[in-house]
Amino acid sequence: MTRYFTPRGWTMLIACAVVVFAVFPVLNLVVPETSAFHLSAFWVTLFGKIMCYAIVAVAMDLIWGYAGILSLGHGLFFALGGYAFGMYLMRQIGADGQYRMNMPDFMVFLDWKTFPWHWTGSEHFWWAVFLVLVVPGLLAFVFGYFAFRSRVKGVYFSIITQALTFAAMLLFFRNNTGFGGNNGFTDFKRILDIPITTPETRMALFAITGAALIGTLLLGRFIVTSKFGRVLSAIRDAETRVMFCGYDTVHYKLFVWTLSAVLCAIAGALYVPQVGIINPSEMSPANSIEIAIWVAVGGRGTLAGPILGAFLVNGGKSVFTQYFPEFWLYLLGLVFILVTLFLPAGVAGLLDKWKRKSP
Amino acid sequence: MRALLQGLALLCVVLASPVHAVEPALAQRIAAGDNDEKVAVLAKIVAAADPKDIPFLKALAEGTVTVDGKPVEVTVNNRLRKEIDGAIAALKLVDPDHDTRLAAAKELSNGAEPSVLPAVRKALAVEKDAEIQGLLASIAASLGIRAGDKAERLAAIKTLGSSNSPTSRALLTELKDEPDLEIRAAAQRALKEVEGRLAWAERAGLLFAGISLGSILLLAALGLAITYGLMGVINMAHGELIMIGAYTTYLVQNLFRAHFPGAFDAYLLFAVPSAFLASMLVGMALERCVVRFLYGRPLETLLATWGISLMLIQTVRTIFGAQNVQVENPSWMSGGLEILSGVVLPYSRIVIIAFAVAVLAGIGLLLAKTRLGLFVRGVTQNRAMASCVGVPTARVDLWAFGLGSGLAGLAGCALSQIGNVGPDLGQSYIVDSFLVVVLGGVGQLAGTVLAALGLGIMNKLLETWAGAVIAKIVVLVFIILFIQKRPQGLFAMKGRSVES
Repeated sequence: MTRYFTPRGWTMLIACAVVVFAVFPVLNLVVPETSAFHLSAFWVTLFGKIMCYAIVAVAMDLIWGYAGILSLGHGLFFALGGYAFGMYLMRQIGADGQYRMNMPDFMVFLDWKTFPWHWTGSEHFWWAVFLVLVVPGLLAFVFGYFAFRSRVKGVYFSIITQALTFAAMLLFFRNNTGFGGNNGFTDFKRILDIPITTPETRMALFAITGAALIGTLLLGRFIVTSKFGRVLSAIRDAETRVMFCGYDTVHYKLFVWTLSAVLCAIAGALYVPQVGIINPSEMSPANSIEIAIWVAVGGRGTLAGPILGAFLVNGGKSVFTQYFPEFWLYLLGLVFILVTLFLPAGVAGLLDKWKRKSP
Repeated sequence: MRALLQGLALLCVVLASPVHAVEPALAQRIAAGDNDEKVAVLAKIVAAADPKDIPFLKALAEGTVTVDGKPVEVTVNNRLRKEIDGAIAALKLVDPDHDTRLAAAKELSNGAEPSVLPAVRKALAVEKDAEIQGLLASIAASLGIRAGDKAERLAAIKTLGSSNSPTSRALLTELKDEPDLEIRAAAQRALKEVEGRLAWAERAGLLFAGISLGSILLLAALGLAITYGLMGVINMAHGELIMIGAYTTYLVQNLFRAHFPGAFDAYLLFAVPSAFLASMLVGMALERCVVRFLYGRPLETLLATWGISLMLIQTVRTIFGAQNVQVENPSWMSGGLEILSGVVLPYSRIVIIAFAVAVLAGIGLLLAKTRLGLFVRGVTQNRAMASCVGVPTARVDLWAFGLGSGLAGLAGCALSQIGNVGPDLGQSYIVDSFLVVVLGGVGQLAGTVLAALGLGIMNKLLETWAGAVIAKIVVLVFIILFIQKRPQGLFAMKGRSVES
């Protein structure tokens, strides 16, 4: 039985859980707004958003850090999850849209009389959850099956995933596709018939996201400490040798690839109700590459590292785009270059080195 | 002296009074008769085909006619006005001035009343200019299929059948409810002929668009294929090197406009080498400072070059602004070659196709005939062995990277002539050029060329059939399926190494 975490790891995890499930709710809901300790809605949304990104980072790390496959299309799965859940949220608006019709505004605007076929059942919450899990999973499975079977790997695989998300972005930009064109989905009113903008709903979504992140971390840990995870690392380091030892590497890669996509989709589904908008620009190739840099900054091949990386990069992005918007791209570009040149193991590796030196 | 004065006075009188050749009797009928009567008179005037009647008709269009020196008011309704306009144009057809005739013919070809047909035929008989003749013939034919006896109509249909303008197709289509069976059959035959020719013209235009897109893709992907083949790294900043080439062209253009406006048409001659050099220098600096340190780690190189591309985009945005900049074609590149009516091949695109061919030939020669080319081929095929026999691989990498980047600059220079030049220029071509490299495989130029042309033509064909977005998606699916069959692309390197 492999240990999941060191005692210190468990302490950290529990501390994080306390922050998410106790400190944030209390500071946001219980502490009065006039108090200096009150946590405003802005921060709750920001942290909720970054936790979604952190889930994506862990998912990316499973495929890149452990199996050595760099996907430049993970933004697609994230957005698909978001769109699948966004459809449900759009139906929940009901007749409260601008046109007072029992239909999303963009459909009224396009003069559609009935819902397109892929909106069937989208008014049911459970169907939305089902779609969130199945559509990206299925797409990833089919795509991965063809790609891995013909041994597409390395840079080739990255380029093809990038083309995939690019094509999907173009598809979703079209009005005829039935997902609101370049405006996407926004102006959500309710979730499960509860108003979506109340502090309680926001905090509930935040807590669910926190739980999902911790669940993802535990699942990831379970996978990488199992025998399956050992094989994955072996595939990363010497795929040919693993094949010659009698393992069918396609199955291993396909499983972790599909799992990674589904985790991304869950993150996307949690992201949309908190941020309140989803549009095709989430599928732009640039977004997907940014995911890779969260993982690289945090440290590939560790699970806590990518979470740290997601917080560092996105925190930095929030600060910079607010105060020095014209310098953000320089900084991000520099991070890409410096991390790959000087910090191949990321911040986690740096901390590790430092810890090993100090005692 | 007196006689001279009298003559002058007479001349003044002649010039002052609206002199027209219309006989007073006809003028009287126009002033007094009903609408049908007026139309009949107009037809007579047109048949006389005397340009001197034009002022009379113009006055008539405004509602006054001079009968016996006295102005008489005439009511002109819409039907009459149309007839009058047609009559004026018809009279202008025999004007001695070439441009007036041409303008009149063009006006009439946009739609004419059947009553001008005799005038058109008459004009056609005396017309010498080929362009006007063509116009007149088509006007006569399009009017003739409706009017006159059967033989005349059949002749007109035949004339229309041998033309290849979309208007004749529309006219012939109108005849499908014709009561006369013989005429209807003739019209259908002629329609089929016209449609066949138009379809060919469209196909030719489509093929040209495909080849044009293919040549652009080729220019964009050629440099990428060289660097990828050599070092196994995908240079994500390749698109931004294209952008740098385009902006260099913009700068050279501004320089010429400010200092040598007389030689503006020749600015491209200087822009091409400048774009090549600018991108090459940036590329070589990039190789020295970043790519060299990431050897054997292609995925990291990909991320690092992406970072560089972000910084380049932001730099250009800071210097030139986020808006697109204007790059003007030299005058010899504007306009186009009209192969059939409606199908125009722009000169700029023809020039770019020729440019792509020239660049390809240059690169082919460079790789096949020079020492650097030999080294590049050697390192691409087997780096370790090339190094063992004394090829300075590090220096070859540097120069090859510079070459690839310079090619990106050339692509940018070409793109600036047909598209927008903005900070995001590179981003829009990068995905497509990657696909060309993936499809073409590495190590041989032929793969890149075939892949670029194939993708270009396929894209354009699918676009007409299903729209641009669906076309892109179909192409992507095709590439994924294709890679199932040939994982290394069209032209794989033959070798025994299992993997790198």
